[in-house]
Amino acid sequence: MKEMKRYSLTLTVNNETHALVTPPNRTLLEVLRDDLQLTGTKEGCGEGACGYCTVLVDGQPVRSCLTLAVAMEGRKITTIEGLAQGGKLHPIQAAFVEHHAIQCGFCSPGMILTSYALLNNNPTPTEAEIRRAIAGNVCRCTGYAKIVKAVQSLAGEER
Amino acid sequence: MTRFEYHKPHTIKEAIGLMESLENAKFIAGGTDVMVLIKRKKIAPAHLISLRNINDFSSIDIGDGLQIGGGVTHSDIVANEFIQKRYSALTDAAGKVGSRQIRNVATVSGNICNAAPSADTACPLLVLDADVKIAGPKGERQIPLDDFFLGAGRVDLGPGEVVTGFHLPPFGLNTGSAYIKHTRRQAMDLPMVGIAVRVTIRIGGSEIGCKDAFCTIDSISNILRRLEDEELRCEDVRIAMGVVAPRPVRTRKAEAALRGKVISEALFEEIAEIAAAEAQPRDSIRGEAWYRREMVKVLTKRAILISVDRVLRPDDMI
Ligand SMILES: Cc1cc2nc3c(=O)[nH]c(=O)nc-3n(C[C@H](O)[C@H](O)[C@H](O)COP(=O)(O)OP(=O)(O)OC[C@H]3O[C@@H](n4cnc5c(N)ncnc54)[C@H](O)[C@@H]3O)c2cc1C
Ligand code: FES
Ligand code: FES
Repeated sequence: MKEMKRYSLTLTVNNETHALVTPPNRTLLEVLRDDLQLTGTKEGCGEGACGYCTVLVDGQPVRSCLTLAVAMEGRKITTIEGLAQGGKLHPIQAAFVEHHAIQCGFCSPGMILTSYALLNNNPTPTEAEIRRAIAGNVCRCTGYAKIVKAVQSLAGEER
Repeated sequence: MTRFEYHKPHTIKEAIGLMESLENAKFIAGGTDVMVLIKRKKIAPAHLISLRNINDFSSIDIGDGLQIGGGVTHSDIVANEFIQKRYSALTDAAGKVGSRQIRNVATVSGNICNAAPSADTACPLLVLDADVKIAGPKGERQIPLDDFFLGAGRVDLGPGEVVTGFHLPPFGLNTGSAYIKHTRRQAMDLPMVGIAVRVTIRIGGSEIGCKDAFCTIDSISNILRRLEDEELRCEDVRIAMGVVAPRPVRTRKAEAALRGKVISEALFEEIAEIAAAEAQPRDSIRGEAWYRREMVKVLTKRAILISVDRVLRPDDMI
């Protein structure tokens, strides 16, 4: 079969730049996990439905399984590995731990990044706004209540 | 994943040129339809021409109505307060597409060009009299959205043509619109029925609107009853239905039966029956035909009431 053209690409992930050479038919998810070994980002459905592969692009949550890596030149990508600083969990991560919002943990990276983006845009979301923001992130373990509680604890809204 | 080459034009002209010169090429915007189709091996393009890097492609401009750029995402629509107030049906729909992560990249153009019978922004744009702006090798043209849809997944785009945006005419303060998406679950579901309505109400000489505190809490049905003597007339109306035909359709009989009449809830009930009779839903995994037809009736009336409500009680009044 004909060799596919390879593309050089500079990816900025968690404030580090990576020079990569890759064929164009690879998703951001594949490049993050396989080339950069950032395996915190998970693959569930691979079709945009579950939210496990959520990363932030320029601060906004997107599905990395439907995003071509070559489309990410010049964009700022944040993965779950980029939240903790100096070995210390980010307050959102700490809140998820404290409120038992993590069971198997497979949804947590996407769930936490989606919540992080919500709180950046809206520091005092109501419960309804939180539920709406994470509506695209499936969790099969927690029943969502504890996740909502964890996010609410940071919104100073816990009741 | 299938093998393809990737192109990043910076101008529409470049994009059209690439599309003309390359074999088996496909445009990709947000990619939320294209990537799923590629992954499911439904399509295998040899070239993807990305529209993400086109300059000045994502603007929303007010003036002579509304101009929506070809690269505008559903999140861009939701964030725009002017659209929420004056073109509410579009905000209703854009806010319900997929999830936050989908809306952040998925475009209105992609939603329309993909032309699924369930495309959420289609019915709102139909009732808001949107024109599609198209550029191609032979120049530019602009056609009504109603003429753009040819069937399920089929649109009026010739070789090399690209959608550069949409134009919506201006509507006065006496116009209100709404879209209702009926789903089995609240999030991440395609509609089993989608209904969009726009009404323009002729408000005689007198100032109509709520003059007392009841207005903020009362139901629109009660308010209409109280305003009966004012003889509010429907000056113009559009009603469009999604997922009840191979393409999103207007229900012209129902529109004609409402246009020019003095409005009342009883009349809306009749209009809704006409719409339901015009709908041609099929049995599908999302809902059986009889149920969907019944819901066309319920939701048509409800969408008309919401549209009227938005004229009589605009958000900023409450
Ligand atoms: C998990 C998930 C949930 C979804 N939920 C919904 C939903 O609730 N409601 C809904 O309506 N849709 C939904 N969709 C479908 C999809 O997200 C929308 O149709 C979206 O608006 C497509 O936009 P896009 O920019 O991603 O299009 P793309 O996938 O990039 O393109 C779609 C099609 O349009 C063509 N195209 C794109 N832009 C142009 C242009 N400017 N000119 C000419 N052709 C063009 C492409 O070639 C392709 O054929 C969902 C998809 C996923 C994966
Ligand atoms: S893996 Fe991307 S949304 Fe499921
Ligand atoms: S913790 Fe297991 S899926 Fe959410």
